[in-house]
Amino acid sequence: MTEYNFAYLDEQTKRMIRRAILKGLAIPGYQVPFASREMPMPYGWGTGGVQVSAAVLTPQDRFKVIDQGADDTTNAVSIRAFFQRTAGVATTTSTGDATVIQTRHRIPEDTLSEGQILVYQVPIPEPLRFLEPRESETRKMHSLQEYGLMHVKLYEDISRHGHIATSYAYPVKVEGRYVMDPSPIPKFDNPKLGDMAAIQLFGAGREQRIYALPPYTQVVSLDFEDHPFEASKADHPCGMCAATDSYLDELIVDDAGGRMFVCSDTDYCEARQAAGHKGKDAA
Amino acid sequence: MTPLLSVQGITKRYGMHFGCADVSFDLYPGEVMGIVGESGSGKSTLLNCMAGHLPPDAGRVVFDTRTDGPRDTITMSEPERRMLGRTDWAFVHQHARDGLRMGVSAGGNVGERLMAVGERHYGNIRDKATDWLGRVEIDASRVDDRPTTFSGGMQQRLQIARNLVTGPRLVFMDEPTGGLDVSVQARLLDLLRGLVRDMGLSAIIVTHDLAVVRLLADRLMVMKSGRVVEAGLTDQVLDDPQHAYSQLLVSSVLQV
Repeated sequence: MTEYNFAYLDEQTKRMIRRAILKGLAIPGYQVPFASREMPMPYGWGTGGVQVSAAVLTPQDRFKVIDQGADDTTNAVSIRAFFQRTAGVATTTSTGDATVIQTRHRIPEDTLSEGQILVYQVPIPEPLRFLEPRESETRKMHSLQEYGLMHVKLYEDISRHGHIATSYAYPVKVEGRYVMDPSPIPKFDNPKLGDMAAIQLFGAGREQRIYALPPYTQVVSLDFEDHPFEASKADHPCGMCAATDSYLDELIVDDAGGRMFVCSDTDYCEARQAAGHKGKDAA
Repeated sequence: MTPLLSVQGITKRYGMHFGCADVSFDLYPGEVMGIVGESGSGKSTLLNCMAGHLPPDAGRVVFDTRTDGPRDTITMSEPERRMLGRTDWAFVHQHARDGLRMGVSAGGNVGERLMAVGERHYGNIRDKATDWLGRVEIDASRVDDRPTTFSGGMQQRLQIARNLVTGPRLVFMDEPTGGLDVSVQARLLDLLRGLVRDMGLSAIIVTHDLAVVRLLADRLMVMKSGRVVEAGLTDQVLDDPQHAYSQLLVSSVLQV
């Protein structure tokens, strides 16, 4: 523990990141450039999220990491262990007990409360990127609020699939100003982004951008009047805990077409099972 | 009558060279102005300066806006100028690929300007896109096809539809028929002439093809080395050219 500064990064770096976070909170949805550091993990594994977490962690925090909703996958386990070792903070898998939650591609099912911080790992922070490859142009589009192009993408979806087929990284408009990529969370989670009590911070390490949503921010998913936004999920109850209101993963369980649907949020599912709920596939 | 566009002393230098020097003219509503000249004569520089793509070194481009009357578009703020570029102005590029989004379907291409000005009803956008494809003689069944599957002539017509869908009042065209074969050119010209007359568009057409200006333009400017050497009614300039260069230009064509 003594060989590292608290939470791995040096104090000057954390200070720089905190300034970017504060600026992000002051301008919700605006992508703040920051001097992303090289972290002891490959780009794409959450280097942005880890740097944001390192900057906000205090010794009193209880830290939780989820990867696609699960606490027990490689990415989640490694990052949790990383901060256990370099910061010595307490860790937990319980959403309610955690004060800082780093997440990859999900928002926990349990409602978050004031005082909690949700840190997202973001691969590509620019929602307009695949439509407009020039960074100089996308910045101009953000500053002039020229967001017609975003609807061209949704238009293409409908013309090709008959409905808006974008199911993750669904673009949102923040406080009627900036269009923001909510990171690749399923669009089922989009309604939770708005009016959330917790602070939401987004870190993109390779792209060197930080953006943020302060508590109780208005977040609207983009749509058409005749094709309204719909938060979709698999139309099944959870096989383990019978929950009907949670986002489900589809698992292939044999080579004869057998499948089951389980909550992607492992903590939510386990808590429900402990409370006596039982799905049809539970052992 | 207020001119729709009043160009006053536009000058653009490239280092020691003049792109265009001290060009002035007025364009009235419903009028089509042709600009001809050989390559390197400054036609495209002038067009880009007027359309706000290039900042000129001197001069004013005063446009009669719908809301505020005549405004200098060079000194107006960038958001205002870009808004103008999406609504009252249209720009048809020589190469359709420069003006289209090649990865987006024909309907999406036509609908982009509508969505950019705030249209948020998919059905309406699609109806308008289909309507416009019909007007530029593209079959409605191609609405979901990408422009990469279109022929050169179709791409150019699609680009025109995409530009005219918001009902602009002024269209800038840079060699709209360049790179198309003659029969396709003829149809495109026919189409353009119809659209210009029906919608009462004003247009500025840059070309080196005298047939294009003969068919479309009411007035003509002949440019050489960045300067306007002759200007007047199209038929007058083409049938009785006064300046030596205009005479050369007219006599270079086999039959106009």
